Amino acid sequence: MCLQALLPRPAPHASFIQEGSALRSVSVDLNNDASLLIDIPDALCERDKVKFTVHTKTTLSSFQKPEFSVPRQHEDFIWLHDTLVETEDYAGLIIPPAPPKPDFESPREKMHKLGEGEATMTKEEYTKMKQELEAEYLAVFKKTVQVHEVFLQRLSSHPVLSKDRNFQIFLEYDQDLSVRRKNAKEMFGGFFKNMVKSADEVLIAGVKEVDDFFEQEKTFLLDYFSKIKEATAKAEKMTRSHKNIADDYIRLSATLNSLSAEESTNYYIIKFCLKLFQNFLRVCLKKVEGRVASDEELKLTELLRYYMRDIQAAKDLLYRRARALADYENSNKALDKARLKGKDVSQAEEHQKRCLQKFDTLSESGKKELTNFKARRVVAFRKNLVEMAELEVKHAKNNMTLLQGCIELLSGN
Amino acid sequence: MSCDAPTHCFIRIIEISLPFCRFFLQIEEEEGGDSFDIHISVSDPEKVGDGMNAYMAYKVTTKTSVALFRQRDFSVKRRFSDFLGLHSKLASKYLHIGYIVPPAPEKSIVGMTKVKVGKEDQSSNEFVERRRSALERYLMRTVKHPILLKDPDVLQFLESSELPRAVNTQALSSAGILRMVNKAAEAVNKMTIKMNESDAWFEEKQQHFENLDAQLRKLHASVECLVCHRKELSVNTAQFAKSAAMLGNSEDHTALSRALSQLAEVEEKIDQLHQDQANADFYLFSELLGDYVRLISAVKGVFDQRMKTWQKWQDSQMLLQKKREAEAKLQFTNKPDKLQQTKDEIKELEGRVQQGERDFEQISKTIRKEVSRFEKDRVKDFKMSIVKYLESLVQTQQQLIKYWEAFLPEAKAIS
Repeated sequence: MCLQALLPRPAPHASFIQEGSALRSVSVDLNNDASLLIDIPDALCERDKVKFTVHTKTTLSSFQKPEFSVPRQHEDFIWLHDTLVETEDYAGLIIPPAPPKPDFESPREKMHKLGEGEATMTKEEYTKMKQELEAEYLAVFKKTVQVHEVFLQRLSSHPVLSKDRNFQIFLEYDQDLSVRRKNAKEMFGGFFKNMVKSADEVLIAGVKEVDDFFEQEKTFLLDYFSKIKEATAKAEKMTRSHKNIADDYIRLSATLNSLSAEESTNYYIIKFCLKLFQNFLRVCLKKVEGRVASDEELKLTELLRYYMRDIQAAKDLLYRRARALADYENSNKALDKARLKGKDVSQAEEHQKRCLQKFDTLSESGKKELTNFKARRVVAFRKNLVEMAELEVKHAKNNMTLLQGCIELLSGN
Repeated sequence: MSCDAPTHCFIRIIEISLPFCRFFLQIEEEEGGDSFDIHISVSDPEKVGDGMNAYMAYKVTTKTSVALFRQRDFSVKRRFSDFLGLHSKLASKYLHIGYIVPPAPEKSIVGMTKVKVGKEDQSSNEFVERRRSALERYLMRTVKHPILLKDPDVLQFLESSELPRAVNTQALSSAGILRMVNKAAEAVNKMTIKMNESDAWFEEKQQHFENLDAQLRKLHASVECLVCHRKELSVNTAQFAKSAAMLGNSEDHTALSRALSQLAEVEEKIDQLHQDQANADFYLFSELLGDYVRLISAVKGVFDQRMKTWQKWQDSQMLLQKKREAEAKLQFTNKPDKLQQTKDEIKELEGRVQQGERDFEQISKTIRKEVSRFEKDRVKDFKMSIVKYLESLVQTQQQLIKYWEAFLPEAKAIS
């Protein structure tokens, strides 16, 4: 059940103009190349599905028009991601992580609570909670748009992936992709997907590494992945606690409102105090705490979450390379056996040469990708940490000014 | 109510003049400023004895310029049951005549057992601190009451180095007060004649306190929620700090690694801030509200005492009426002894009725004064607590600014 069921007005139609530029800092230096500019200016929520409007502006001749928009669903993004992953030619590349499914679980839960508690709440409380619910809903909405947008922008800024045929279809094809998606599922035996993923750590770790660079990267990425996964989980918990406190302030301010209404006018001073306190809680603390929570979420939690997924993609690259190495080693053994037996030697030699070539291309492009990845990661962390610290200072300063104003008013009386 | 003409007129005169008196009374009350300069602190909790007979002894220090006391600065050692004993004595002396006696802090079997058993952990330390703070607030409220301050039991409690062990402290703990209030309420329901509240002031005030009670309970529950969430936030922040530190260790880019470690340190400091804020939430806000919920029970109790007093007066009047009827009947019989006996009983009952009326007037007058004093104190208390709470929030924000501004150059140094 979507929010539309509750709200009298039509479905939230979110148009995001550059207010979101602060949001787009998870991966930097995207969307700078004028030859292919992609953004998601608009999104619509219909029942449980989100429809994104993908807008492209390009100077490339490979596209039919210089500017166009298409509607896409989350499943279309997943299809695109999966086809890229399954493409053997891209085995040596870090495929940008797929955007996570839009998750409206939290606002939906709140909506249920709101519906159930409607009888026991005062009209004011109810209105306030409804407003909060809408704000949260909108926040989830914005986040999911951002994350889908970044996915496309990563692709468009990649020298190789931006030229992918399926990517072009995704951007251009003005009809429903769902038919293509169904066919795709049958076509791909899922050479990559069906592999036992749990074995990848063992495989990566067990491979005899000849290259120092990859040896270091392997150790680093495996360790870093577990650490960042932990940090992401803890950051999420922290952000949730902040949100809980912001919610508590709303409830407090509603109760204080009722209390101040009760106070007799004989003691105007207490009515005044309570009113002021209540307003303060409602306006300042709730808003500011809420904003702290959402900024923290965007800058810190989202950053960690995104890079956790990105590192998984990097690990996948290592895995593919490890497999290629294993294949190469197997082909060597097969060649030796063939030479011993004296049968199919040239076939075996061909196979071995191909394996080696594949391994070498993978290693070469892998090295480049991983180096770029590190640089990208460092830049993104810097940007987000700086912005988060600046926002924290800003919010705390705001809070303080409001608080001191409040104290002055109260003490002066 | 059926009573004879003179009493009836008397009551009418009071009914008419009371509203006018009220106006003057209020002014008088407002001007009767409190010039009591006294400050009490409860400190240095010390465990005395071992095992299940162990108890906590608290140091009670009084600093005062009030002439009632022999010294200006002195202290004694008291245990929890001493406080309960003091309250029990005060309640038995003053509650039934309409004084709002501040209730003593709650007993807690679980909390005390932990202390007795010698558990030196954070929760038992928190318990002791919570109790210490509650005892301090209790004493301050008690001495702020101009009548209670002069009570010999209070003086003895504060000054005397040795205090006889209080027994039967079950009687008037906070739970005891509640029981008493409930019993009084039951008595009110069983009243033979429903009190015709000719004084709108009492009806209004009673309603006011009922509403206040409900609102404060709700507020208290909300604040307890806030305290809980703030503690959660502190725990989660600490956990995040640890994970950030580990991430920093794992990071191979030197500048970023350092920045992440710094982030971990900042978050650790912020965790401490959250803990301090949670304490402020609790002591300035939550405990205050809890105190007032209990205080309002005491206020409601006092209103019920007035009802009881009225009922007693009414009962005596009914009895007098019956006796007068009996006397009238006996006039026509030849039983001079019985007649004389009845006449004597009537005389006694007339005295009782007059006393009952006086008691009722007195308790009504006392309650008016008490409620006015209580409300004034409440306003001051709330205002002061709100300001203190806001100041605690200011502190937190100031520290946050400091920490994040210190972190900023570290973050910018990543290249």
